[in-house]
Amino acid sequence: MARVGVFVCFCGANIADFVDVPKVVEEVKKIKAVKYCIEYKYMCSDPGQGMIRDAIVQHRLTSVVVAACSPRMHEKTFRKALSDAGMNPYLLEVANIREHSSWVHQKDKKAATEKASDLIRMAIAKSIANEQLFEISVPVTKRALVIGGGIAGIQAALDIADARIPVTLIERSPSIGGRMAQLDETFPTLDCSQCILTPKMVDVASHPYIELIPYSEVIELQGFVGNYVAKIRKKASYVNFETCTGCGACWQKCPVKVPNEFNMGIDKRKAIYTPFPQAVPNKPVIDAEHCTYLLKGKCGVCAKVCEKGSIDYTMQDEVIEREVGAVVVATGYDLWDPKPYEEYGVGRYKDVITSLEFERMVSASGPTNGVPVRPSDGKVPKNVVFIKCIGSRDEAKGIEYCSKVCCMYTAKHAILLHHKVHDSHAYIFYMDIRAGGKGYEEFVKRAQTETAATYLRGRVSKIYKKGDKLIVCGEDAQLGQKVEVVADLVVLATAIIPYKTNPELARLLGISYDKYGYLSEAHPKLRPVETAKAGIFLAGCTQAPKDIPDTVAQASACAAKVCGLFAGDTMKKDPMVSKINIEFCTGCQNCITVCPYQAIVTEDVPFGHGSKELRTVSKINEGVCQGCGSCVAICRSMAINLSGFTDPQIINEIVAI
Amino acid sequence: MEAEVKEKVVSIEKPEIVAPPDWQPVIMGILCNWCSYAGSDLTGTSRIQYPPNIRIIRVPCSSRVDPWFIIKALQTTADGVLISGCHPGDCHYISGNYYARRRFLVTKKLLNFIGFHENRVQFSWVSAAEGAKFAKVVSKVTEDIKKLGPLHLYKKENFNK
Repeated sequence: MARVGVFVCFCGANIADFVDVPKVVEEVKKIKAVKYCIEYKYMCSDPGQGMIRDAIVQHRLTSVVVAACSPRMHEKTFRKALSDAGMNPYLLEVANIREHSSWVHQKDKKAATEKASDLIRMAIAKSIANEQLFEISVPVTKRALVIGGGIAGIQAALDIADARIPVTLIERSPSIGGRMAQLDETFPTLDCSQCILTPKMVDVASHPYIELIPYSEVIELQGFVGNYVAKIRKKASYVNFETCTGCGACWQKCPVKVPNEFNMGIDKRKAIYTPFPQAVPNKPVIDAEHCTYLLKGKCGVCAKVCEKGSIDYTMQDEVIEREVGAVVVATGYDLWDPKPYEEYGVGRYKDVITSLEFERMVSASGPTNGVPVRPSDGKVPKNVVFIKCIGSRDEAKGIEYCSKVCCMYTAKHAILLHHKVHDSHAYIFYMDIRAGGKGYEEFVKRAQTETAATYLRGRVSKIYKKGDKLIVCGEDAQLGQKVEVVADLVVLATAIIPYKTNPELARLLGISYDKYGYLSEAHPKLRPVETAKAGIFLAGCTQAPKDIPDTVAQASACAAKVCGLFAGDTMKKDPMVSKINIEFCTGCQNCITVCPYQAIVTEDVPFGHGSKELRTVSKINEGVCQGCGSCVAICRSMAINLSGFTDPQIINEIVAI
Repeated sequence: MEAEVKEKVVSIEKPEIVAPPDWQPVIMGILCNWCSYAGSDLTGTSRIQYPPNIRIIRVPCSSRVDPWFIIKALQTTADGVLISGCHPGDCHYISGNYYARRRFLVTKKLLNFIGFHENRVQFSWVSAAEGAKFAKVVSKVTEDIKKLGPLHLYKKENFNK
């Protein structure tokens, strides 16, 4: 026999002014199942909760209904009050008589009172069907997988590992470092990227809690939060990293020359190569697409010169497995290909280059030893035109969004150009200057004053060649005049786009991505590092374009989330998940189709007790289930029910309206 | 095809049954927890007024709504039903509201076919930010149901008589 206690809150005057609370209590007391009913000014206050606790004990209540504000507000508070009185917290129901009655029917007290009584009656009816529920504890594998070894992945891995949690860091290229390793100096302080990044890279390689697997990709992720199994493909490097000392004899002697991706194709690398001199790990790999031996079976120079005998042409891709509890995705960004800007001579004029090519040239360790040159004739340029928003904020040719960092790095380029070539002059065509950030506006000012860069607001309509110069035709919108600049070099600030394999990666991880290919966070403001799938987090430009400080902050946030997840030996999870009664399950598997989390799998069970014949039924993984109830509504045999929102509970509510 | 079916289906609800002058309809609202219920809470916190005829039931997701609930409500207590979920693409559970949408479409056709007026059961998308829209939707649904009058068709008590 149900013994329901009902507690009606005045909420100061919020409820009491518009709902006749004593009358509601009178009505509620008429209901048979109600053994105790009382009103109080503030039910959520300590004395209010004390009344609930006392009544539970005194009146041996089997369920509790609190009629107050929205359950989204104080459900947790009242559940705790139930727990404190030794009652299962899930025997609570909240009747929302504030947001759904007193606040929205302020002109009609009679109707509001009636509605409040009805809402309470519904909650009482539901609470009678409530069951005791217990938090689900899921065991946790305390190891994190970090996908991507750029600054985001490096920071996340280091922060997690510093908390003494093992980390597996995988990186698709032969070395970690990512895009940041390609940068020369960084805004707004102009400290050298390599100087602040490479120590972190070394830390990663030497950290006792980090397992670094370069030249590898994740190819499969199974399981659920706390219990993932990742399959990782280690691409064949044809070099035994165990014995290789990184002496470099092999790549010095290799006869094959290939455009160097790290230097944006400005110079050449060999078929056996390390991406850059400060690479971590500093071991070469063979590029199978270009190696003469692997293609034609002839050459073998690297094997001949290797004193350690580390070259192994027979090496195959290897698939390894790692059990991990959480995943941090930090796959970084790519640059938009400016080909559609034909009027700028992209692809036709050698001296129209992208910003990252310029960045590599001004880098002290770059292909030109830090001096910008014209790719056409190798001369040092005097007049350089920078054009911003190439692809960004351009719905017609590129993408709609702002790439966020171009304004800042273009200002940096202007300053660096001035540092490297003192008698040079920078012209910057811009749409807007977006310099939100600590020290950013001041940095742009510095480019405008100290460097005396000419900022021209307007778009460039055409670039054409005259002799060995480029004529940049544009508009100065502030003066309303056409301008022509005779340039030696044109640098295009190309847009940031997500790495091309993001959609594929998102599918294999089971997370979502937006129309551009950026991976989607769970909430744009309040859950910016989580994904909709529990235990998978996002850091850096894989989520949206961002600068280095934001990337590092987000990576550290991911690490905090991972450490929080791993704080106990088991994870506690809300018990409001689907449960299946396999006696009723017919094995139609409709539930598997509709489950958005792949929480349902099949299982073979005996037909009856002791029977050897098997039948297939569905099985719900409580660890993965998020409690949406899709499977409950689709189940024809009514074998599934969602704890907390079971069919009997909802039907009770409907009948009690 | 659809138009054909629509033409053949004639509402067999009897408008000649005159409602008593003080009659007020009872409307069941089923709202998803993350968008529409939060939206209805916002209506409250913004003190936007709407007719007091709706009784709201909270479910985690619109995909939890079994057509059975709608039929049960029409059989027993409600004169009309409003179901609301997150806007397409905004579902907290990734794709739940798409399943709900398809399921409702079929349910509505069935209800239509057996004689319910199409305004008896209505669906809408209300986000957590659309407090004003929620009030508008409830007002409209209440108006519609008032016009239709009390629901007698298939009411359980009529079968028992």
